[in-house]
Amino acid sequence: MILDNQCPSGPLADQWDNHRRNLLLINPDNKRKYTVLVVGTGLAGASAAATLAELGYKVEAFCYQDSPRRAHSIAAQGGINAAKNYPNDGDSIYRLFFDTIKGGDFRARESNVYRLAQISNGIIDQCVAQGVPFARDYAGYLQNRSFGGSQVSRTFFARGQTGQQLLLGAYQALSRQIRAGKIRVHTRREMLDLVVVAGRARGITARNLVSGELESYAANAVVLATGGYANVYNLSTNALGSNVTAAWRAYKRGAYFANPCFTQIHPTCIPVSGNLQSKLTLLSESLRNDGRIWVPRNRRDPRSPEQIPEAERDYFLERRYPGYGNLAPRDIASRAVKQICDAGFGVGNGQGVYLDFTDAIQNLGTETIRSRYGNLFDMYLRITGEDAYRRPMRIFPAPHYSMGGLWVDYNLQSTVPGLFVLGEANFSDHGANRLGASALMQGLADGYFILPYTITDYLAGTGPGRNAVTDDAFDQSRTATEECLQQLLAVRGDKTVDEFHRQLGHILWNNVGMARSEESLQRALQQIPPLREEFWNRVRVPGRSDDFNQELEKAGRLADYLEFGELLARDALNRNESCGGHFRVEHQTEDGEALRDDANYNYVAAWEYRGDQTPPRLHKETLRFDSIETAVRSYK
Amino acid sequence: MNLTLHVWRQKGPEDRGRLERYAARNIDPELSFLEMLDQLNGELIREGREPIVFDHDCREGICGACSQVINGEAHGPQAETTVCQLYMRQFQDGDEIYVEPWRARAFPVIKDLVVDRSALDRLIEAGGYISVGTGGVPDANAILVPGEAAETAMDAAECIGCGACVAACPNGSAMLFVAAKIAHLASLPQGRPEASRRVCSMTDAMGREGFGNCSNHYECEAACPKGISVKFIAQLNREYLKTLPKAATSKAP
Ligand SMILES: Cc1cc2nc3c(=O)[nH]c(=O)nc-3n(C[C@H](O)[C@H](O)[C@H](O)COP(=O)(O)OP(=O)(O)OC[C@H]3O[C@@H](n4cnc5c(N)ncnc54)[C@H](O)[C@@H]3O)c2cc1C
Ligand code: FES
Repeated sequence: MILDNQCPSGPLADQWDNHRRNLLLINPDNKRKYTVLVVGTGLAGASAAATLAELGYKVEAFCYQDSPRRAHSIAAQGGINAAKNYPNDGDSIYRLFFDTIKGGDFRARESNVYRLAQISNGIIDQCVAQGVPFARDYAGYLQNRSFGGSQVSRTFFARGQTGQQLLLGAYQALSRQIRAGKIRVHTRREMLDLVVVAGRARGITARNLVSGELESYAANAVVLATGGYANVYNLSTNALGSNVTAAWRAYKRGAYFANPCFTQIHPTCIPVSGNLQSKLTLLSESLRNDGRIWVPRNRRDPRSPEQIPEAERDYFLERRYPGYGNLAPRDIASRAVKQICDAGFGVGNGQGVYLDFTDAIQNLGTETIRSRYGNLFDMYLRITGEDAYRRPMRIFPAPHYSMGGLWVDYNLQSTVPGLFVLGEANFSDHGANRLGASALMQGLADGYFILPYTITDYLAGTGPGRNAVTDDAFDQSRTATEECLQQLLAVRGDKTVDEFHRQLGHILWNNVGMARSEESLQRALQQIPPLREEFWNRVRVPGRSDDFNQELEKAGRLADYLEFGELLARDALNRNESCGGHFRVEHQTEDGEALRDDANYNYVAAWEYRGDQTPPRLHKETLRFDSIETAVRSYK
Repeated sequence: MNLTLHVWRQKGPEDRGRLERYAARNIDPELSFLEMLDQLNGELIREGREPIVFDHDCREGICGACSQVINGEAHGPQAETTVCQLYMRQFQDGDEIYVEPWRARAFPVIKDLVVDRSALDRLIEAGGYISVGTGGVPDANAILVPGEAAETAMDAAECIGCGACVAACPNGSAMLFVAAKIAHLASLPQGRPEASRRVCSMTDAMGREGFGNCSNHYECEAACPKGISVKFIAQLNREYLKTLPKAATSKAP
């Protein structure tokens, strides 16, 4: 199969308009005849579900939490980008586009990213109309802050809870449509399979997490907005339930998986403290606006930070990247932190650097700092027991975001006709590294402003037809899913799911983390299959499948991560270059920066499933850069 | 540290449920309360017993999933802190700890520590939104929101929908939850046009969903992990009074 990305031709600025002009429409009355399943109620899913219902479609939405409002988008702290240029500091659609492409180290599609930048402004308008309480100045105008990888202030924020407020806006829009009878939400449901009939996505198999029952849902199209897979590393900033399961099962039904090795390790997280820790907590990157990152100039300096005089501190980001300083992009900042800690300069248990607010507090006063970051300082205090107003924070990078995901074309459609993928679950816009405050923008662009057009074109082309779960494919899917659950229960071994997840996490973090080499990747590829086998021989999953069984949920998710982790490592091994968050130690400049290989790797790697015993097939979508000249990505 | 836990176990809605005693041994004070339960669950699983079921997801105090009454207090002893952000250093070696689910008429127990909070979603469905569809809205700076109003709206909008306020209220009232949404939207110019309709339909829905009345105990504010203030209840009452015919301004809901 040749991957056709459906990207329009012509001048970038006109592409989306022209493309939309050519998309088919369905008249309002006929939309009622179509049902769409939307799996996921985060920013991408909730915005899509609400908008589709407003247009007149029947929508069934799904989430594994007890309420759609708890999707992990709720945890986003720092903000959302848009090219409004309200501060008059030189921003424009082109600059946001350029920053995003460059931030992604020239591994994203120009057409998609340009459209994203164009749509960004409408998102802010939409959210304000919904009542999202963005920060305002006294006169009532919107405020902006700056984020990593950009020299303009284009980030809109609602204290340290921007994701929460945006999600509540989308959730409220969703609630309004539930009230209107146009959306049914199925909470505590986990999608465990995609049902494909005659080559088209026509439904899903979902498990009712309370009763344990497997349920079939049929529709004219299926939308996945199921979030990212950073939990493959076990410890990450994602919610504990975040999973690759929905995407992985779709992959096994024919959707290609793109760039799985593009994972983002976020620089500002609270360091690991113990072996039984269950997650890592992010401290918003916005802290880097006022905090300064440093380590002692002496290795393993035993003094406490306030005893170390200015001259004996190394502000290594400011030193290495004077142009961006502490606001260097995430991948670069994370790598710099790792390098300095590997060299023995780390603080705390050696895996940490200081993020210091002393100067900011002196210049701006404690109150200003409290108003900007109070909730983050409180969170830091609760978790570590330390007061960051008096003592610098300690931070260390942690797995955070997945740029990779299911392959989609310009219409957000996967390689399975009728299966659309939105938000973090797709691979589309961030290339090899995502800039801060751009995920919220992308999720909402996909859901409010792109999918509603492109899915209509698809539905108009296929006609309403009959949606019934009577096709054999639904029975077969339920039977296969039930078998898988029974197999997990039948092992009755002696190790818990959590123990296996920790082991998988170690393998990936040590070998497929911030620095990767052919040797480490080969090691991961050797270690994962035996761990998977051990899992299927020794895991202990208590209880039954027809009950509320959280261990069974976890076991199913981990079983998929144990397969997916291998694909991640395989993709990283195939990509014999460094770019963005994918750093192959073999390919670096003299001063340790990522060295891309455009001649050989200027493509999206899309993997096709060919059975459990056969290696996946690699398809390449070559990237074209017509408007931007690819260059060495420098933040000096 | 070593602890004795008394945990509510209930197989399902029909089961009567009871407290069961567990020894939690060798607990690292750096663990969170939920990680302590993870550790205990690991031991139960290895012993072939059923682990304790509890709601959780983000584990950073924002999704509102976690919901446990610890020693009689919703979300436990630390002020403005969800259970998932409660760390074991808040406890002492040898402590006895009682762990129970939210208890309220509107929140039936599903299993162990998990309750059904869908009534809160239905309150929002009753009108906790601004009726705007996607598209066709003015430029964001065309709607000016004075900084102070935006701050007030945000103070209210911080609610994470965990339901601790309901669990803490002797009447099982959802007044603080509803008031927070009313205040969030009514403080913004975008939310004004529907303010009266919203306050009426949301307060009506509260009764329908089996939440009790508010009789000013203010336990809700004390339990709220986000410190949402009861002053928003006064704001709700004011909004409600505005909806009554001029003559009948004597009774608030
Ligand atoms: C701590 C943190 C802070 C962040 N801060 C920022 C920020 O400041 N700015 C920014 O732009 N980005 C930020 N991000 C990234 C951003 O929040 C996410 O990428 C984005 O919110 C993802 O949205 P989504 O809609 O794609 O998925 P999610 O919000 O993760 O939603 C996934 C949905 O899918 C459902 N689901 C998942 N699997 C299944 C299944 N198998 N069956 C049924 N339902 C399922 C879930 O229930 C949920 O409803 C942050 C991320 C984290 C973790
Ligand atoms: S688990 Fe999300 S708030 Fe506690």
